[in-house]
Amino acid sequence: MAETIDPVDEKGVQDAVAAALSGAEPLEIVGGGTKRALGHPVAASRTLSLRALSGIVSYEPEELVVTAKPGTPLAELEAALAERNQCLAFEPPDWRGLLGSAGEQTIGGVVAANLSGPRRLRAGAARDHFLGARIVTGRAETVKIGGKVVKNVTGYDLCKLVAGSYGTLAVLTEITLKTLPAAEKTRTILLFGQDHAGAQAALTEALHSPTDVSAAAYLPDDVARRSGVGYVADAKASVTAVRIEGPGPSVEARCAALRELLGKHGAVEELHFHNSRKFWDEIGDVSAFAGEDDPVWRVSVPPASAPGIVDAVRTEIDCEFFADWGGGLVWLRVPGDVEDAGASVVRSAIREAGGHATLVQATEAMRRRVAVFQPQPKALAALSARIKDGYDPAHVLNPGRMTARAGEGD
Amino acid sequence: MLMPEPDSAVIGRREDIVAALRRIVPGDGVIAEETALRAYECDGLTAYRQPPLIVVLPETVEQVAAVLRYCREHGVKVVPRGAGTSLSGGALPLADGVTLGLGKFNRILEIDYPNRCVVAQPGVTNLALTQAVEGDGFYYAPDPSSQIACTIGGNVAENSGGVHCLKYGLTTNNLLGLQMVTMDGEIVRLGGKHLDSGGYDLMGIVTGSEGLLGVITEVTVRILTKPPSLRALLIGFGASDRAGACVSAIIAAGIVPGGMEMMDRAAIHAVEDFVHAGYPLDVEALLIVELDGPEAEVDYLVGRVDEIARDNGAVSVRASESEEQRLLFWAGRKAAFPAVGRISPDYYCMDGTIPRRRLPEVLTRISEASQRYGLGVANVFHAGDGNLHPLILYDANRPGELEKAEQFGAEILTLCVEMGGVLTGEHGVGVEKRDLMGTMFNETDLKQQQRLKCAFDPALLLNPGKVFPVLHRCAELGRVHIHGGATRFPDLPRF
Repeated sequence: MAETIDPVDEKGVQDAVAAALSGAEPLEIVGGGTKRALGHPVAASRTLSLRALSGIVSYEPEELVVTAKPGTPLAELEAALAERNQCLAFEPPDWRGLLGSAGEQTIGGVVAANLSGPRRLRAGAARDHFLGARIVTGRAETVKIGGKVVKNVTGYDLCKLVAGSYGTLAVLTEITLKTLPAAEKTRTILLFGQDHAGAQAALTEALHSPTDVSAAAYLPDDVARRSGVGYVADAKASVTAVRIEGPGPSVEARCAALRELLGKHGAVEELHFHNSRKFWDEIGDVSAFAGEDDPVWRVSVPPASAPGIVDAVRTEIDCEFFADWGGGLVWLRVPGDVEDAGASVVRSAIREAGGHATLVQATEAMRRRVAVFQPQPKALAALSARIKDGYDPAHVLNPGRMTARAGEGD
Repeated sequence: MLMPEPDSAVIGRREDIVAALRRIVPGDGVIAEETALRAYECDGLTAYRQPPLIVVLPETVEQVAAVLRYCREHGVKVVPRGAGTSLSGGALPLADGVTLGLGKFNRILEIDYPNRCVVAQPGVTNLALTQAVEGDGFYYAPDPSSQIACTIGGNVAENSGGVHCLKYGLTTNNLLGLQMVTMDGEIVRLGGKHLDSGGYDLMGIVTGSEGLLGVITEVTVRILTKPPSLRALLIGFGASDRAGACVSAIIAAGIVPGGMEMMDRAAIHAVEDFVHAGYPLDVEALLIVELDGPEAEVDYLVGRVDEIARDNGAVSVRASESEEQRLLFWAGRKAAFPAVGRISPDYYCMDGTIPRRRLPEVLTRISEASQRYGLGVANVFHAGDGNLHPLILYDANRPGELEKAEQFGAEILTLCVEMGGVLTGEHGVGVEKRDLMGTMFNETDLKQQQRLKCAFDPALLLNPGKVFPVLHRCAELGRVHIHGGATRFPDLPRF
């Protein structure tokens, strides 16, 4: 068992990184540990836990800004925002079921993995709401990035770089996020019985209509029947779903417009508050693919290309799928006996249209063999490696997490 | 404003450089005549002028790559330029540098409705993007006030905003893909028509990098469905703190308007004299609140905002009842800069962001400073997101007045930082706020930002003299220092 260091403040984090730097003992950075199985296995002799750096530092609802320490449980932060009728609009999902992990997801982990849920389509990802931070780089230096106001272009936008860097550039010690008002009312319209291409056409039509759709997904019938929402599971048909959020009178009017629009394609049904929320939690949390060891891919592509890409993959591999983000985010579950978890087939299927495929869930052995993150063209890989060297020249932070082979970015 | 000392050796090689560039970009694409160069001597920050060494206007991405490769090999600095509308001097030329204009990259390459995006060359104007798709019911959301002239490439470089940022985000939040040429002449693609990045978010850091990391040669932006209904409210207050409280109350009520603008008394009078928008003249602060979306939502929210305004002591509230009236409400705000230009020979536009609750305090201190400097000031304010644009009135023909205006401006921006805000909300640092970076970031913070520069442009040839008060050599930045510990690899070369 690796030794765990759990500093209680930023100075402690800086000391831990300085010690790692001078003793050549790399660190695995951990918050709640819920996404430890995401990425390549980290070759570190010590664990740096941020759990003790916890709590909301300041929350100013009227400024739409909250600052918290990285180890703050996401649930605690979201509860504090909910008290003031606000939320993190990027709808961070909970992948504990998918990744087979326990414990409390922290806000630091959400930002480091740039997680976002179904509302990504309309509201942006974690990166789009990440306003500023204090970080400790792999040089053991404490650095301030961004600001604490919602609009800021002063200097490089280093928040974008840190979001989604999986702790390979710096350790977050304080995070400032943009908050937004929570929707007063939520409804979901379900359209039954479409094939993937038909569903994509219906989703596109809904997204082109002036109804301000906040989420749009497609579940083939074999995936839909695993839902905990009765209307979805009992339909015995594929489900195409769009969500509407906003003030009451507006939701009523837009719902009516969408029922009419989607009703032309087939039978429709409506989910109200609790069912609607449960349904979209299941989509964001990838609940349909939870609880098994089989490899799961998260594939982001141009939405209109998604049906063709899924067809191409399924010609080669017998896999399950569903789509979120207006069809542009495809989740694929590949049988466990496929040699490279389907990496070559999936990545060749997206080559032409462009996009990226991340192997979110796989056994440790598989994550040692297969590139978890989308391999970059040579020039970009070289740029990423130089950026990594600027932040963490001795590779003491999460070594190997994003690229399995040393010297290729991390 | 001190720029890096021009390299006389490079200036001495001017004829060779011109000849080499003409071999890359044939025809009239290389400008070397003194009179013609003068057209490029400044951008929207006209207080600073410097004719460039040479201007090159390539037409293909291969030419851009060849120009950059040549400049890299021969140690020649490069200043990228779009339409030259920057208000922070981002495109200010260098005496020993080549200005690389992207004006000939002016075509829209693809309109892709199924993927709701447009692929355009960087020299396409912001407004042209919307015009290309509005007939089909779509638009591009970020709309800087210079949108008829400013280009999408420049918008990416500056991470431009506009009046709709609070609801729709800045450029960075509406961008899907880029093609860029690095200083090494390497052509790279970042993003595409899909969302998010599979590795480090390089597109995210290039956006807003003010031409210091690469030259943008193609842009893919998201387009949105035009909202079917738009209505604006014009709300007058007897005191600016009441207007500020009203803005907070609107947001606290869970409403995020498409636009929320504030003007102070000086700005209201200047624009009303100019465009006769029907603004009330007996108020201290005026709010324009615009609601956009489905008709049912807009009408409902107009009612809510009306109520909130009255609860917060508004002395006048008018909601637009027609599209003409809505546009008239906006006409004043949109003409604020030229209107102020009518009452003063020159004005200097500032761009700080503050936590909104500090507004009354900030306005009081700006007004005190205005008296101290003997220079007038009119305030327009993107109230929703706390982005303040004080317009300092001065006369450049009076000796010392520009310097006084600059000093006043610096004082305002320093005040913004002191209040917990930032130096720039949307105009960028450029040369204008370069020397104030130290008020917001310490030496360690700035060095870490520059390490990013070193990853992209280790010879520091792209747009030097902008953003950073001091440019450290990359070799120096590469070293690892540890206080109280030994360096792990003291001899390992970095970069």
